[in-house]
Amino acid sequence: MATTPTLDRHTLPSGGRVRSFIKRLRAGEEAAYLLTLAAAATILLITSLIFYELYVQSALSRHKFGFHFLFTQTWNPVTGDFGALPYVYGTVVTSVLALIIAIPQGLGSAIFLAELAPPKISDALAFLIELLAAVPSVIFGLLGMYVLVPILQSSVVPALRTVFGFLPVFQGAFYGVSYFAAGVVLSIMIVPFIVSISREVLLAVPQEQREASLAVGANRWQTTWHVVVPYALKGIMGSIFLALARALGETMAVTMVIGNVPQIKASLLAPGYSIAAVIANEFTEAVGDLYTSALIELGLVLFLVTFVINGLARLMIMTTTRQGAHS
Amino acid sequence: MVTSTGMISMEITDPATRTREAPKASAGAVGPKLRVSGLNFYYGKKQALFDVDLDVPANRITGLIGPSGCGKSTFLRTLNRMYETVQHGRAEGRLELDGENLMELDAISVRRRVGMVFQKSNPFPKSIFDNVAFGLRVNGLARRGTLHEAVERSLRRAALWDEVKDLLHASAYKLSGGQQQRLCIARALAVDPEVLLLDEPCSALDPIATAKIEELLFDLKKQCTVVLVTHNMQQAARVADVTGFFLLGRLIEFNTTEVIFKTPARRETEDYITGRFG
Amino acid sequence: MKSFVFRKKAMNILMIGLTGLCTLMTGAILFFFLGYLVSRGASSLNWAFFTKLPAPVGEIGGGMANAIVGSGKVLLLATLIGVPIGFLGGVYLNEYAGATMAFVIRYATDLLNGVPSIVIGIVVYALVVHPMGHFSTFAGGVALGIMMIPISVRSTEEFLHAVPMSLREAAIALGASKWKAIVTVIIPAAIRGIVTGTMLDFARVAGETAPLLFTALGNQFWSPGWNHETATLPFVVYTYALSAYQDWHRQAWAAGFVLLMLVLGINVTARLILSRGSYRPSGGA
Repeated sequence: MATTPTLDRHTLPSGGRVRSFIKRLRAGEEAAYLLTLAAAATILLITSLIFYELYVQSALSRHKFGFHFLFTQTWNPVTGDFGALPYVYGTVVTSVLALIIAIPQGLGSAIFLAELAPPKISDALAFLIELLAAVPSVIFGLLGMYVLVPILQSSVVPALRTVFGFLPVFQGAFYGVSYFAAGVVLSIMIVPFIVSISREVLLAVPQEQREASLAVGANRWQTTWHVVVPYALKGIMGSIFLALARALGETMAVTMVIGNVPQIKASLLAPGYSIAAVIANEFTEAVGDLYTSALIELGLVLFLVTFVINGLARLMIMTTTRQGAHS
Repeated sequence: MVTSTGMISMEITDPATRTREAPKASAGAVGPKLRVSGLNFYYGKKQALFDVDLDVPANRITGLIGPSGCGKSTFLRTLNRMYETVQHGRAEGRLELDGENLMELDAISVRRRVGMVFQKSNPFPKSIFDNVAFGLRVNGLARRGTLHEAVERSLRRAALWDEVKDLLHASAYKLSGGQQQRLCIARALAVDPEVLLLDEPCSALDPIATAKIEELLFDLKKQCTVVLVTHNMQQAARVADVTGFFLLGRLIEFNTTEVIFKTPARRETEDYITGRFG
Repeated sequence: MKSFVFRKKAMNILMIGLTGLCTLMTGAILFFFLGYLVSRGASSLNWAFFTKLPAPVGEIGGGMANAIVGSGKVLLLATLIGVPIGFLGGVYLNEYAGATMAFVIRYATDLLNGVPSIVIGIVVYALVVHPMGHFSTFAGGVALGIMMIPISVRSTEEFLHAVPMSLREAAIALGASKWKAIVTVIIPAAIRGIVTGTMLDFARVAGETAPLLFTALGNQFWSPGWNHETATLPFVVYTYALSAYQDWHRQAWAAGFVLLMLVLGINVTARLILSRGSYRPSGGA
């Protein structure tokens, strides 16, 4: 074809617009545009549809219970009383516990890999750890049930009790499945996330910043701690938020080790329940519209919470990368 | 191939007199601040510096010129062992700071004694005050009562005090490019370095900001030794007392600035000075 | 002063040691667990696992042939749904979208990427399973397909973006129309990255379990066509691990092992392909 179809737009008289459109459509220009646009629109549609469905399908439960839904403890399908507090509590406790374990360990690893280790070792280890971020969660659940829980029972928890036994969080009977087990499994799952994202953020800190610090006589650790980490702080926070969002929405691994008992206990060693776990266990068996609606409302809660946290995380990571581009 | 045509030493006692003497015949004069002999530098297998001999006179401004990629910046980075932060960088030869073997000293303490200012100004995303105080803090020199004084003194030496005294706790990024570069100089000066290395400090600055920094360098040499890498020949001619010309990793000629710019001994130097290449 | 220098040095060594220890722990914990899975899973694996149907409750033996085929079908469907939408959406984002549209779509994509997988399961249940009246391979494929979209979009966009401007200009300067330049020059230049991105995307959803709970469900038998509930590997790991029978536990380990090898195998292959050249986005994948 000698002339490019786009040029026709200007050369044709206005009456030929339809013909020109068809011509361009046949030439592929317009078709390609419409096709990609349709795909992009589908993404928008799906995302809105998810929110819409969750919102509409949970209407029954939302109208009946209002905000009390999140703050009451009864979960009784027979009487039609649904309060989600034990699930919310379990989700929050396990996620926070996971972060308490994973943040120091993940950040320590990321700092070591990005700043202190010889580059060859760093690249190889980072490759392996990133690979581990791809391990499916159901596998962590399996390992949690049959490997981690026995280890916790035989050595970790007894050891913790001898040191911290006076704390209420380590009192009471321990049967293995518990908030504690769920938190530990979650921490193992999110550490690779924190490591790989934080490492990338640290590596993005301009070399001039390190040089400026070394040039006045700071050593490696001082440079890392007083210059590189503060520079990357927002991005690091972003990686933690991403990990948190993942922990909050994690279903399989938690379901398999948390014990699935809807109760609120101060002791981390007691069994509990989480939002994702109760949906996984009860959704297909829920009888009656209100019951289903209550479970879908839990899905809505999960959706909104992860939405906010993911948004914050992206914002933080974005600002760090921009800062890097500037100076 | 001869790599350098001469060495210079200066008598501290009378800064006005410039005496040129034969190498190793500088009896009576104070030894050079930095003495470099037989320096070879490699990036992996690629050699970047070839057998460089050069004495940096104390309390003078030593200018290093040459086309880009000639090794002048690499040379500068060996003087405070900054090259060690680059992977596969390796230096061979002898480097002396006040007669001590610089390679055997602790790299951290070398960098405290030999400060550096970079091509691109690189303030930390901290306040102006914290930028200047950084070096004092990491070297354990920040004493509660005197920290503020020390910061003020450094900012004054960098001719920045009057412009920033009311915004010490504002972010360093609020400053203009020229101010940021002077802040970096102040940050380097805060730990009282004996030598200050500057790697094309004005390359990103406008003429007015450049003039301010050049003026500042004149004052600085009273207290410390300055080594200035520049791609701008006029700048070397304006501020340097002695000048070295690098080409393809070799120090072609090193002499007083006057000799280098008026009567260079080597053809290559003359070609470069007169703008026939580079 | 001396003591400060000493403390400074000691701190340096201490912190390198401590952070190194963190790294060691991270590596050791993960390798211990996965090593355990590999040894336990490999020893539980036998030929029947790949060829036979699950044995009835109470009987020893049997295999997971139906779950392997089921996973294959669900993933095939997911790829056919997720990758075209994601790829074309990515092309739109990088080549056609104006600033506002790009922001909106990128935002929606990130949002979709962050939706917990169990929530996707609920929505697909409401949209597909409920109207159809039964669980199906199709519903499972839709759920995983939706999960594949966001990563596909972002990897397509990133790799297209990494194609140098000069290449684009060269094509346009030769008189190629925009879409011809995209199809004949830009996409081929980025194709290696896009394919590896798709592989990583595939590996990610291959292990997803939660969305299948309410869509594909499970099945002790073969699932003909696309319209019946089907067993899948991750689902088998989950249900068999929770069961009361020793032999089912063995099957769960075997299924977990196969799943892990599949996911890690794809990941390693994709990363190896990627490391052999191609224009790479600066941020890393």
